[in-house]
Amino acid sequence: MNHTLTKTRLSNGLAVMLKEIHTAPIISSWVWYRVGSRDETPGITGISHWVEHMQFKGTTQFPSAVLDKAISREGGEWNAFTYLDWTTYYEKMPADKIDLALQLESDRMVHSLFEPEEVDSERTVIISEREGSENEPLFILGEAVQSAAFHVHPYHHEIIGDKSDLRSMQRDDLFRHYRTYYSPNNAVAAVAGDFDTSAMLARLEELFGLLPAGDPPPHPAQPEPPLGGEQHLTVEGPGETTFLQLAYRAPAAADPDFFPFTVVDSLLTGPTGLNMFGGGGISNKTSRLYRALVEKELAVSVNGGLQATIDPFLYDITMTVRPDKTPAAILSAVDVEIQRLQDGLVPLEEIARAIKQARALFAYGSENITNQAFWLGYAEMFADYDWFVNYVDRLAVVTPEDVQRIAQYYLQPANRVVGTFIPTRNGGSAS
Amino acid sequence: MKPQTNSILKTLPGPEDITRTVLPNGITILTRPNFNSPSVVITGYLRSGSLFDSDEKLGLAHYTSLSLMRGTRRRNFQQIYDALESIGASLGFGSGVHTTGFSGRALSEDLPVLLELLREALQEPIFPDEQIERLRAQLLTGLAIRAQDTGDMASLAFDELVFVGHPYARPEDGFPETIQAISRQDIQDFHQRVYGPRGMVIVVVGAVAPAAVVEAVSAVLGSWQNPAQPDPPPLPPAQSITENAIRRIIIPGKTQSDLVMGSLGPNRRSPDYMPASLGNNILGQFGMMGRIGDVVRERSGLAYYAYTSLNAGIGPGSWEVSAGISPANLEKTIELVRAEIARFVQEPVSAEELSDSQANYIGRLPLSLESNNGMAGALLNLERYELGLDYYRRYPDLVRAVNPEAILGVAQSYLNPERLVIAVAGPDGAV
Repeated sequence: MNHTLTKTRLSNGLAVMLKEIHTAPIISSWVWYRVGSRDETPGITGISHWVEHMQFKGTTQFPSAVLDKAISREGGEWNAFTYLDWTTYYEKMPADKIDLALQLESDRMVHSLFEPEEVDSERTVIISEREGSENEPLFILGEAVQSAAFHVHPYHHEIIGDKSDLRSMQRDDLFRHYRTYYSPNNAVAAVAGDFDTSAMLARLEELFGLLPAGDPPPHPAQPEPPLGGEQHLTVEGPGETTFLQLAYRAPAAADPDFFPFTVVDSLLTGPTGLNMFGGGGISNKTSRLYRALVEKELAVSVNGGLQATIDPFLYDITMTVRPDKTPAAILSAVDVEIQRLQDGLVPLEEIARAIKQARALFAYGSENITNQAFWLGYAEMFADYDWFVNYVDRLAVVTPEDVQRIAQYYLQPANRVVGTFIPTRNGGSAS
Repeated sequence: MKPQTNSILKTLPGPEDITRTVLPNGITILTRPNFNSPSVVITGYLRSGSLFDSDEKLGLAHYTSLSLMRGTRRRNFQQIYDALESIGASLGFGSGVHTTGFSGRALSEDLPVLLELLREALQEPIFPDEQIERLRAQLLTGLAIRAQDTGDMASLAFDELVFVGHPYARPEDGFPETIQAISRQDIQDFHQRVYGPRGMVIVVVGAVAPAAVVEAVSAVLGSWQNPAQPDPPPLPPAQSITENAIRRIIIPGKTQSDLVMGSLGPNRRSPDYMPASLGNNILGQFGMMGRIGDVVRERSGLAYYAYTSLNAGIGPGSWEVSAGISPANLEKTIELVRAEIARFVQEPVSAEELSDSQANYIGRLPLSLESNNGMAGALLNLERYELGLDYYRRYPDLVRAVNPEAILGVAQSYLNPERLVIAVAGPDGAV
């Protein structure tokens, strides 16, 4: 479908992305900020996520109780997410109610209060959020693996932050972080749905155009040196089930290698859907690792994923170990499959298959306006919107030689962390 | 009224744009086209849920449904999933208490592939020994993970207490010992005896014309027969709750506790449903998780999540409060929730609270129907609960007809702050 796409920038630096879609009387609006756990230093880990929580605590114009209800009353949905590289706020509204969301976002870009008592109350909420995650073996394992994979770069720590920092950060730390990163010149406003572009642009100009530009915000992340050798770690926790996670250093989203790596991911562990808002996934039962691990009764499940990030992050493969098998046996079987990719050229049909899967995932994602609006801003966070537009075409030119080269270059033991979760109450079987 | 209101109503499904056809063998087809994206979703159910399971072999219905795609007379496991994954399609089965559900999606050009696989899975499964054993290991690992999941275990304990003596007290995925007790022959027998077209519903939504959908479904499933297909066993009423009941499940080493507390609720077709649903929205959903979220999270900072849910289906429902909390705050949280429930059954909700929730319900309806998946689920509910094809057109009036007294009435019928079922799963810690 051809939809009108507009990409522009207001005089204060706010990037604006608009896409008219008239299939339903709905508008999805997003404001993206270039700040995430990538911008955090020791002592303030988790601050970006906490600031996101504080953005729901009100401004003078929209006190928290009002803010809370205003969107829901109109039948809207809203939420926010903090990630490695970005923080985003969205509203999905009936088309004739969208103005409320735009007013709200303009207001809280600069006018959030960060009242000290709200900061204190939110501290325990966020610690509770973290403790809920700590109940999950895969969170404990993932946190350990990620911290072993990075020593210099802030990708070292979990987005939610270290508990000691969550206990010690103060209101002024949070407010400073907010004022540093929340400014029009560090943001993208993306709106898709049932509107007229010129009217929407004029309204955004009214609401956001007069907000003052801030100083260019710092992005302190330093490049991570090579891993310098395979790292092994184990963590222990309550449970009956052993998990194995491999994390390979992977290319950044804007790196040309990202596209052939996407094909490698698809071959090894099945396609990773990059749609975060609808579209669903495709099972991975014909992927090479499913056949080598699950069909051979070494693992109960295997999943892998590549993330689109600004700086090089990780390609992770996570396996649930069968009670009667060992992580070492699984690791050997994974290495055999990787060796196959390194030693020979994959058939062209396998690459064509990965591309058809990507096309299908894109079609599913285009079913809903929220997901289309999401991509307008999301792609701008780590590359630009053309990255999304050209995604399938760039996959289509991947060759068997590219796949082999990616496997040879990235999927080396020296480039990975091997993490094992060992259950402390290990009965050896589930019965 | 702004003109958009009419256009919103027009996007809601109604009798003139839903095609409903019943085939001579008893299969009901519902379809509504959406040509905005080149994809299609199918979903539906058969009457082969865990109501048929004995206590000794609980999980048989679920196990059977997961076995359907492990091999058919025409294709082995890898061939089945190759047919799906190579075109970026998906199809899966699972069983609840009343029904075995299925759902899948594909590019619209591939609908015939999806329907043929559905037919093979339903009519020609062969349950290969090796696959059944592999699946058993996966199910047992899933149950071992469940046994360590505080949220799952609290829910399980809640259902056992609130539905004591009723089939709803039993988890449809069974227990390790019941899964161990099920043989391949049991699965084959269950399939042969219980699976059949009578009472089956299939919904198709996407870029396929209704007549083509009806023709395609008739062609693949129209000749299916099972003359001996049994009716599901009758459902007894739930026993009323006469006193407080508390169960604690200790899972050593966990950080956080999950709390589920509440009572019985109305079924989906009861006249109590709509007032209870709106009341539930006020109690624990609207805005940031309603009154419960406000007191537990916003004002006390005790939890990341604390919300209520009304689970209303074919038989008796439940009305639940769920929260994830530090064990140290357990008692305090229980008392805060109990006090909110006491207020909810003593005084009517305010006119403003009700009008907020009514506006929320009416406004969000088109948003929830935006994707093919959302629409397919909505059509399936029309059939499951016999709501009528004009239900979504009548919905705004049904919502507006509820008044505060009606909500107070249902609150008093179902909730009593002194007779609550309370289930907690988490680390050891004094209460």
